[in-house]
Amino acid sequence: MAEKAVELVNITKKFGSIIANNNVSLEVMKGEILAVLGENGCGKTTLMNMIAGIYFPDSGRIFVDGKEVVIRSPKDAFKYKIGMIHQHFKLVDVFTAGENIVLGVNDGTKYNMKNINSRIMQIASRYGFNIDPQKKIHEMSVSEKQTVEIIKVLYRGADILILDEPTAVLTPQETQKLFEILRRMRDDGKSIIIITHKLHEVLSISDRVAVLRKGEHIATVRTSETNEAELTEMMVGKKVDLNIKRSEPKDPKLRLHISNLNSTNDEGILVLKNVSFDAYSGEILGIAGIAGSGQRELLEAIAGLEHLDSGEITYHDPKTDKDVNLRDKTPLQIRDLGVRLSFVPEDRLGMGLVGNMNITDNMMLRSYRRGKSAFLDRKKPKELAEKIIKDLEVVTPGTATPVRRLSGGNVQKVLVGREIAAAPSVLMAAYPVRGLDINSSYMIYNLLTKQKEAGVAVIFVGEDLDVLIELCDRILVINGGKVTGIVDGRTAKKEEIGLLMTKTDKIENEEATDDAE
Amino acid sequence: MTVLLKILDYLLSAVPLGMTFLYGSVGEILIEKVGHLNLGIPGVMCVGAASGCAALQAMYESGIPSALIVIFSILAAFAGAAMMGAVYSLLTVTLKANQNVTGLAMTTFGVGMMKFVMSKLTNIRYLYALKLFRFPFAESDNSLKYCGVMVFLAVIIAVVASFILNRTRTGLYIKAIGENPATADAVGINVNGYKYAVTCIGCGISGLGGLFYIMDYAGSQEAYLSIEGLGWLSIALVIFALWKPIVSIFGSALFGALYVAGSYIPGIRELKVSMAATPLLKMLPYVVTIIVLIIISARNKKENQPPQSLGMTYFREER
Repeated sequence: MAEKAVELVNITKKFGSIIANNNVSLEVMKGEILAVLGENGCGKTTLMNMIAGIYFPDSGRIFVDGKEVVIRSPKDAFKYKIGMIHQHFKLVDVFTAGENIVLGVNDGTKYNMKNINSRIMQIASRYGFNIDPQKKIHEMSVSEKQTVEIIKVLYRGADILILDEPTAVLTPQETQKLFEILRRMRDDGKSIIIITHKLHEVLSISDRVAVLRKGEHIATVRTSETNEAELTEMMVGKKVDLNIKRSEPKDPKLRLHISNLNSTNDEGILVLKNVSFDAYSGEILGIAGIAGSGQRELLEAIAGLEHLDSGEITYHDPKTDKDVNLRDKTPLQIRDLGVRLSFVPEDRLGMGLVGNMNITDNMMLRSYRRGKSAFLDRKKPKELAEKIIKDLEVVTPGTATPVRRLSGGNVQKVLVGREIAAAPSVLMAAYPVRGLDINSSYMIYNLLTKQKEAGVAVIFVGEDLDVLIELCDRILVINGGKVTGIVDGRTAKKEEIGLLMTKTDKIENEEATDDAE
Repeated sequence: MTVLLKILDYLLSAVPLGMTFLYGSVGEILIEKVGHLNLGIPGVMCVGAASGCAALQAMYESGIPSALIVIFSILAAFAGAAMMGAVYSLLTVTLKANQNVTGLAMTTFGVGMMKFVMSKLTNIRYLYALKLFRFPFAESDNSLKYCGVMVFLAVIIAVVASFILNRTRTGLYIKAIGENPATADAVGINVNGYKYAVTCIGCGISGLGGLFYIMDYAGSQEAYLSIEGLGWLSIALVIFALWKPIVSIFGSALFGALYVAGSYIPGIRELKVSMAATPLLKMLPYVVTIIVLIIISARNKKENQPPQSLGMTYFREER
């Protein structure tokens, strides 16, 4: 049996009265990939942050190479050859890759970027990374930034690498490539801990799995001796039906016709390029793409929040059977036209809800124009708030609690509940399950399906391709503001969508060379 | 010929004045590079002036060689202003107070403190002191006689600051802290330590500006009344210089030229500028800053933006 690289014994960490980790013990061997599996908010990141020196445990002991250690800061962690790649990249945008990598390393050598860059290239070629050390971070794609993060810890000579949700932002192809590199590092004798909540990734990459639930360590099992259903049960604590009931669209009718949308952002970059598609009632149209490919701009354009350079947005009103032009209308004008459009934005507390206001008042944000009197009528919004709390199982002390005090999942439920309560004919949701646990996620999926069955045209922007394929009737793939394909959700393959998500780069390069000629 | 002389005279008044801004802005640039917006710079400059002058009064009849008097005054000004930096850091770094409010309070405090101290310093012979500060050149016959040692010190400090920021590990760390303290923390940089050290040094440098203005440029008792206004312009110069000390050298000369334009242009008889227009001319540096602000925000180049976490308090365990 291999030696233990890191061992945690009875680790406990509290944030105020909340127990993030309770008596957790686990170990990582040399030359193995350990997956730490658990739902959002179960304490996996907190636990790993304690090994990386970001947090300090309230009690418990940490052993590295069999010796007890005290890790008080990230610097200490590097001393013990532990490096963590955080989910939210910790990089300085205006620095080059090389400057970011060398940040904080003082090995007594002269500060000379040329030598540093050549050392970076050595590490890169050893494990098969592609990197340009002189490129600025803000010019990089997400996967390039991740590469910088990984090299950053390797440059410090880390033997124990912790990766926090490394695949959350990658395409399937990029994920495969990352996994190959991780396997190569494992074979090189490094220990790798990968934090994730995606089961199929756990099964494909890890040697062993440690499951956490609500801050407690449930079990550590060999990956080869377990399966998806068993892991889910350990993770959630009860059997979960992981199937989304997808019904055939009933009587689909054209609801929204989008043609040739072009939009430029503040920085003068074209964020939507000739986007055209149709959305039908009674179906869920999924939108897939790498984060920041224009999904947000597209939804905001339809909602009347984004200025368009050209293009048409036509809404087909089912009541009057008339076409209504929505382009360059404000959200208020759109509502006055009788168009029932609901929008669940990506930025819940920024655009969706007001964090410091309570649930009732947040309900009123949508109905504030209904009252006639100068005084507020809180009765109906309060009823609505209570109904949402009951129907969607929102965990809150009451309707008077400021929304910002709720957990991410509950905030999302309040927002989705309010938007659905407006009885929309078009419902747009951007990443509605981001940060939600499995149960809440499936509740949201079922709510969307119910809306679809009620004849609503649902537009769903998602990041998990497995879910998109299970949930959506059609999937529109967007890349760099361009629609690269619309595929059938019932027959599409993940790899096919992944290819579409990255396809335009090549075309653009070809265009660029054409221009050069 | 008289025109040329007038222009030369104008520049010799403008460029040295600009060094006041250079001290103030290089100090503030360093502080902003670690992510702190210090609106206390005018107060810090006042305290620097007061402590420098107090040291001067204590020393210059004690028989200490004049070069040492100058050096000790400069050190006293630096130390006094750095103390202000220490107070500011204690409040904003350790106690996590709001930076803007703290800075404004420092300005109020510094200005009041200086007025008090200066009213007690009755024994300084300003013209003699002026000679002390200009000792290498005071006897010479060329135009350098208008420049004291502190003019050159300002440029040297700006060049050194630029070198440290761009060519050394320390500079890389300082910039990283201002851009993204969590990143710097995660790679093991002592964020709070750097914030304290750089803020104190930055305040010290700014404080020299106050001493310079009274002792090296103006050489008069009343000069202290204008320091606060010069301090605000120094903060404006930081933006004008795009957070680059080297650009600040040229910017300070320009600001100096614009600042004295208010008193020079009405003096040119041919132009027939009415006295009422003088305050308008005094607006010039501010107008230029506003224009520059508009231009840089319109160009929106990532490298020319303020440090990303400028003005934000860093809590390590915040999620």
